[in-house]
Formats: sequence, C-alpha cells, structure tokens
Amino acid sequence: MTKERDRRMKVIVPVKRVLDYNVKPRVKADGTGVDLANVKMSMNPFDEIAVEEAIRLKDKGVTEIVAVSIGEAKSQETLRTALAMGADRAILVVSEEKLEPLAVAKILAKICAEEQPSLVICGKQAIDDDNNQTGQMLAGLLGWGQGTFASKVELTAETATVTREVDGGAETDSFKLPAVVTTDLRLNEPRYASLPNIMKAKSKPMAQKTPADYGVDVAPRIKTLKVVEPGKRSAGVKVADVDELVMKLSAMGIKK
Amino acid sequence: MKTLVWVEHDGSVVKDSTLSTVAAAAKLGEVHLLVAGQGVDGVAQAAARIAGVGKVHVADDAVYAHALAENVAPLVVELMGHHDAFVAPSTTTGKNIAPRVAALLDVMQISDILSVEGPDTFTRPIYAGNAIATVQTSDKKLVITVRGTAFEKVAAEGGSGTIEAVTSTGDQGLSSFEGSEIAKNARPELTSAKVIVSGGRALGSAEKFHELIDPLADALGAGVGASRAAVDAGYAPNDYQVGQTGKIVAPEVYVAVGISGAIQHLAGMKDSKTIIAINKDADAPIFQVADLGLVGDLFKVVPELTEKLGAGA
Ligand SMILES: Cc1cc2nc3c(=O)[nH]c(=O)nc-3n(C[C@H](O)[C@H](O)[C@H](O)COP(=O)(O)OP(=O)(O)OC[C@H]3O[C@@H](n4cnc5c(N)ncnc54)[C@H](O)[C@@H]3O)c2cc1C
Ligand SMILES: Nc1ncnc2c1ncn2[C@@H]1O[C@H](COP(=O)(O)O)[C@@H](O)[C@H]1O
Repeated sequence: MTKERDRRMKVIVPVKRVLDYNVKPRVKADGTGVDLANVKMSMNPFDEIAVEEAIRLKDKGVTEIVAVSIGEAKSQETLRTALAMGADRAILVVSEEKLEPLAVAKILAKICAEEQPSLVICGKQAIDDDNNQTGQMLAGLLGWGQGTFASKVELTAETATVTREVDGGAETDSFKLPAVVTTDLRLNEPRYASLPNIMKAKSKPMAQKTPADYGVDVAPRIKTLKVVEPGKRSAGVKVADVDELVMKLSAMGIKK
Repeated sequence: MKTLVWVEHDGSVVKDSTLSTVAAAAKLGEVHLLVAGQGVDGVAQAAARIAGVGKVHVADDAVYAHALAENVAPLVVELMGHHDAFVAPSTTTGKNIAPRVAALLDVMQISDILSVEGPDTFTRPIYAGNAIATVQTSDKKLVITVRGTAFEKVAAEGGSGTIEAVTSTGDQGLSSFEGSEIAKNARPELTSAKVIVSGGRALGSAEKFHELIDPLADALGAGVGASRAAVDAGYAPNDYQVGQTGKIVAPEVYVAVGISGAIQHLAGMKDSKTIIAINKDADAPIFQVADLGLVGDLFKVVPELTEKLGAGA
C-alpha cells in the first residue's frame, strides 16, 4: 500500500446513545414511550463493537477514525467514550427530536460525501428501537456495498471481505470499497477506556452541527400512536423433582 | 393494495418464514410474490401453490443466486413501480435487503411487525420486546419486515398463482459471494420447531453441551438452541442463539437449561406456549416466566430427565 493510499483509509463510526442494556425498560404510564428520565444511558453495545473494530483496523492501514452521533446534546458523552476508546475526532449532530433511521442515514450520507471515508462501521441494531436499518439505508443512499451482521472483517486497499452471521450459519462476501459494515456481537470484545485515555479524550476535537447544516429533511414518517407493556407471563409452579416434572409433562401431552 | 412478498428459499425449497410473511401481507391486500435466485423453477412452482397467492414474479439469474442486497434491491425497486408494499420476513436475508429497498424508495421501513392494525398501522416490539409500539406511517409505499412467530402460517398448498418472468437488473458490481458455512442440522429448524431445548453458560463446555442437551432434545424430538453466553463460549454455533439479537422463537415447549433469563434472552422466547426451566439458582429470573421450574444441578437432573422421558416413550 502506498502512503497516498494510506492517507485515505478513513473510517466513520456512527454511535448512538441508548438506554443502558442492563436497565430494565419501563413503559410510561401515559403510553407515550419508555421512561428515559434519570436512567443510565450508554453507547449502543453494537456501536462499541464498531468502535473497537475500527481501532483494530488501525494496524491494517486505517489512519483516522471519526465517530459520529446524531441526537440530543448529551450524545457528546457517548462520543467522548468513543474518543477515549481510541477514535481520533468526533462529529455531534444535535437534534433534540428523535430521528428515524432514514433521516439518520441521510445525514450520515452527507457526512460521508464530505469526509470521503473508505469504510463506515455501524452497529447492526440500536437496542432501543431495534430497527436494524440505518447501515443498510446508508449503503443504499450512497450506492455502496453493505457487509451486514459482521463477525469478521478483512481489509485490503480495494475491498472489505466480511464474514456475516446469517440464519443457517455464516456467509462470506466481499465488497468494493468504500463500503458499509454493520457489526454483530461476535466480531470482537470491546475494550474499556483507560483513565489516562478518558483524560486525553477531553482534548480531542469534536465538531458540533445540526441537521439543517446538512440540508436534510428529517421530518418523521412514522407516528407512534401508543406504547404498551407486553402481556405479562406469570411465574408457574416449581416441581420437586424429575419424577414430578416427567409426570407434569406427560399430563400436558409433551413427550415424544 | 398490491403487496410484493419476498420468498425466502434455499434454491430448492420455500422456507416456512415465507408462509407467515404471506399471512401478514394478505391482511394488507393482494399478494404477489418475488422469487429471485438461480435455477429457481421449482421454487417458483412451489410458491405459486401457496394459498392465496396471485402473481409470482420470477427473477432467475446468477446475480441473484446468493440474494446479495446490492443486486436484489434494484430489482425490488423496479417491481415496486407497480406494487404498494414490499413485505419480507425478519430473517437475516429480509433484514439485509428491506432497508436498502426502503432507502432507495425514500420510505421509512417498519421493522419486525407483530400485527396489522390497518392499512398504515402496525404493532412492533421495541426495547427487546419490553414494550410494544403501535405505529402509523405516512409514507405512500410500505416497506415492512414481519416477525414470523406473530402470524399464523398460510397453507403451503391450495393456491394457483400465475408465474411471470422478470428481466434481470444485472450485477451492480459492488459485492460478490465468496462462500458459506451453513450448518447441516438434522434437527428441526429453530424458528419452526414445536419443541426447543436450549442450553446456557452453565453447561461449561461444548462436550457437555452435546452430551447433555442433544439426548434430551432427541427424547423430546426437539430443536436445539442456546444463550448468547453459550454461543460466545463456543459451546454451540452462532445460529443456535435465541434472543433479542438471535432467533425469535415461539414453540409449544421451550426448555431452558442452565440459562439465567437475561432480558435479551427472554426477548427471543417468552412467547413460547409452555416454558420449562432447569436452574440451580431458585432466584434465577428465568423462573419468573417459567410455567414449570425445577431447581437443581443440571448435570444430575438432565440425564435423569432424559432417561425417564426415554423410558416412558
Ligand atoms: C446487545 C446485547 C444483545 C444480547 N443478545 C442476546 C441474545 O440474543 N440472546 C441471549 O441469550 N443473550 C443475549 N445477550 C446476553 C445476555 O445479556 C446474557 O449475558 C446471556 O443471555 C447470559 O447467558 P446465560 O443465561 O447462558 O448465562 P448466565 O447469565 O451466566 O447464566 C447461567 C445460569 O446457569 C445457572 N447454573 C450454573 N450452574 C448450574 C448447574 N450446575 N445446574 C443448573 N444451573 C446452573 C446459574 O444459576 C445461572 O442462572 C445480549 C447482550 C447484549 C449486551
Ligand atoms: N442517532 C444515531 N446516531 C449515530 N448513529 C446511529 C444513530 N441511529 C442509528 N445509528 C447507527 O446505526 C446502527 C443501527 O441502528 P438502527 O437502524 O436504529 O437499529 C446503530 O448501531 C448505529 O451505528
């Protein structure tokens, strides 16, 4: 790889601030959504994996990692985490209104047009709305390939070869660069940011923008009419031993 | 409304996920199918026999052989010129293709629907199924993925659709298939199995997983699943994973062995009809959703259960 080529190996990693995965979501009594007041928020777990992957690719020709988050101003905390893990700079696109994947993908597409990355690494799914759309939409808008649900990524100057977790097992496809990759859980084990790196991250550059800066129409297409709790299952009975379990199973007709 | 349903197949057989997707599409209007692949005559014929199907569009070309989203999306977009909704199952193929189609059509996809409440209104799970949202779209065209376990499958036979060939939209030159490792599994497929036995981290090794879980599954004629912890530790292959980010299952009976019951796991199995849990910790969260719970050491209890089930057969 030539130096010239190296310089262009930039990776963009979109990271979303979501309810921490250890917190049990509570539906608001008025049925308008899930209660996010005074609860722990964190980086979407799949995006931590995306940041980690970008950092690991630094040994393999990647020279710059730009983390991007679109959302409320507090998303800068999420970006600081990405910077502390090892991203080089960040772009915060502030929108106090929740944006849909299509709007997020359109903003990201504009950022890609400016930044000219070789690769975008998204999480496969944000664990709040469980949409699993943004990476594929971004790839579609840009006319790029999409290596979704990745459990392994190999880069050359021209291609990304991605092993993908598919229903029956694994599939390997290769994609012309630039391309979009979305991460699955087994791609890597994300690192924790060390204290010195958290300190260092404070001085890394973070640009602040708004959707209007990108001239993107972010008007929502979908209206949430109501949000309810799912039907509750109640705990059943505990059996004393295997014999009782076998008896109950036969009574229910559950036996080969 | 004219819907276009993505037919999930393996080159020769129409997958069950197609049948629940057709059920969802039928609630919206006329059902047309899209069969894309290479050498898919047989699939197209089978698809035309699915109950309630009108037209079957067949795109037979090497560029569709592996359902690469980059090549399939332009084909779907072309067909959406005269359809109102693209409806795909929430399989890895559907989840890969549908959002790309939505972006090209400039519409917001509605992911993983649980019900059709009206021509523009649907319910879908959010937060790993800890909340159910009713959503209404204002987009002119719909792009939807369907949670298979939420819709009663239509009959695979009885329909008499007409088959129509579609011109290939060609290779977009963005991606190519390199290979796949599809696990050969004699057991029932997880998403359609009537009984599932799943093992968790407590199994401790791949050897123990097979030694204990497989015979119990055999005794029950069950499919085998696993928690993420068991998959990550290499006790079971990745496509066994049940949960928010694995497979969503709803069998008649789900047996959780040495699984704690994290919300991400529950998200994938709590709609099972009967849940049975075996865990040595009486306070494990899995017992809060289990119909039948047995507190005990799985290394003792599971072989005994397998034996006694076998004896009674
Ligand atoms: C973004 C994200 C997505 C995730 N998606 C999924 C998903 O799709 N599916 C999923 O499963 N998880 C998922 N997880 C992981 C999830 O949070 C849990 O970590 C995981 O489900 C735990 O697996 P486990 O129950 O096997 O292990 P543990 O939680 O370690 O539980 C082991 C259980 O075995 C019991 N046990 C131990 N020894 C014995 C014995 N000898 N006999 C009987 N019982 C015993 C223990 O009491 C314990 O309850 C996800 C996590 C994240 C962050
Ligand atoms: N608001 C956002 N800001 C930054 N990245 C996002 C945002 N929304 C989604 N993403 C990215 O897109 C991925 C998939 O999200 P989703 O399509 O919402 O499930 C996430 O894992 C992120 O990488």
